[in-house]
Amino acid sequence: MTNKTVLHAKHLASGAKMVDFFGWDMPINYGSQIEEHHAVRTNAGMFDVSHMTIVDVQGADAKAFLRRLVINDVAKLATPGKALYTGMLNEEGGVIDDLIIYFFSDTDYRLVVNSATRVKDLAWMTKQSTGFDITITERPEFGMLAVQGPEAKAKVAKLLTAEQIEAVEGMKPFFGVQVGDLFIATTGYTGEDGYEIIVPNSSAEDFWQKLLDEGVVPCGLGARDTLRLEAGMNLYGLDMDETVSPLAANMAWTISWEPTDRDFIGRDVLTAQKAAGDQPKLVGLVLEAKGVLRSHQVVVTEFGNGEITSGTFSPTLGHSVALARVPRSVKVGDTIEVEMRKKLIKVQVTKPSFVRNGKKVF
Amino acid sequence: MSNIPSELKYATSHEWVRVDSDGIATIGISEHAQGLLGDMVFVELPDVDDSISAGDDVAVAESVKAASDIYAALEDAPELLNSDAFGEGWLFQVKLDDVSELENLLDAEGYKNSIDED
Repeated sequence: MTNKTVLHAKHLASGAKMVDFFGWDMPINYGSQIEEHHAVRTNAGMFDVSHMTIVDVQGADAKAFLRRLVINDVAKLATPGKALYTGMLNEEGGVIDDLIIYFFSDTDYRLVVNSATRVKDLAWMTKQSTGFDITITERPEFGMLAVQGPEAKAKVAKLLTAEQIEAVEGMKPFFGVQVGDLFIATTGYTGEDGYEIIVPNSSAEDFWQKLLDEGVVPCGLGARDTLRLEAGMNLYGLDMDETVSPLAANMAWTISWEPTDRDFIGRDVLTAQKAAGDQPKLVGLVLEAKGVLRSHQVVVTEFGNGEITSGTFSPTLGHSVALARVPRSVKVGDTIEVEMRKKLIKVQVTKPSFVRNGKKVF
Repeated sequence: MSNIPSELKYATSHEWVRVDSDGIATIGISEHAQGLLGDMVFVELPDVDDSISAGDDVAVAESVKAASDIYAALEDAPELLNSDAFGEGWLFQVKLDDVSELENLLDAEGYKNSIDED
């Protein structure tokens, strides 16, 4: 049984090439992945992300539950609408999923989790909720769009009411606000300015069409992947999974170690890993010569081997970039090697981020 | 279904071959394959005067999506592979030592049947 998002017919009408994405029939591109990529870097593009799972966590113990469930601390969230990127670990310290949590009040939070992990995420959350006075509610009655690019906000503004424009005016990154029918958030997965917008299913097609009419370019999962990889953002299932520690996935910044008495799931394991200093780390790789770095290629360093977790051709830079998990002693600036087609090819080690706001950042 | 020129020979791995009267074979990949691969970004070709055998890995076409091995004058314009797979997007030419090896390839109808099974 293949799931279809509320925007499925719009994709077909725009000539999308559809693929199966973890049980969802989703657009991979609408003709050219590279042109869609450039549209987001230079103008405005939009993605149907309605397959992602929206889960509301509400109730007297919502805050306490989330302080246990995830590695970042929702107690840091004081301003309504503020969002937090973090990970949810199993008892062994492996990443069950990465997610965004929006804070509305101590008794009201919204989580957006990956679609590919939806079933296990909900099962895990339900299991962990024992003893907490909360409700966990999926919200399939909403679609979700990401409108991204330097012109994205201006184009979206043409569709908004005066009240909505006022609410999002000057909204800082990583905030979300519900105004009228729309939940509008300054989040994204491209490294560009823009919004992620949650819209009722009943008006999703109309909203998408109006953005098309404003010249926003529909973009598929192909461009979404090259954009997020240039931005150095992890993709669950490639860059980390249940066997990988957040310390080995460039997610240490999403862990709140303080206060030390907050007993989040996986804390003991992470504390021991941190003390031992033995976890590998996620770095960026740049190949300026011909060829394209790909997932699972072996990385050879003087400190031992590593592996490329995600690799692609970067349309913005004109050469290949990758994220790779390597021994912790490897340093930014080092030259190491990747095994490609039975040859060892030299690549440069960078921080795991390549492009932000249309510009090279390494 | 994409057009499949009847004057060419095909491999199930999506390469096409055109043999000219001088015994020179021109090799490319099919329209169907370029559609599956998506936007091409690099092509690596064999060197002039290389000696190759059937089944050898001799060239690589990299799309933004995937790498594809090509078994058996495009390096500066890989997008030609997308826009004109059966024409200007040809990959390389080879002088045939053993023309009988062509008999192992499919005709247009055989190739069409093979991709319909995908």
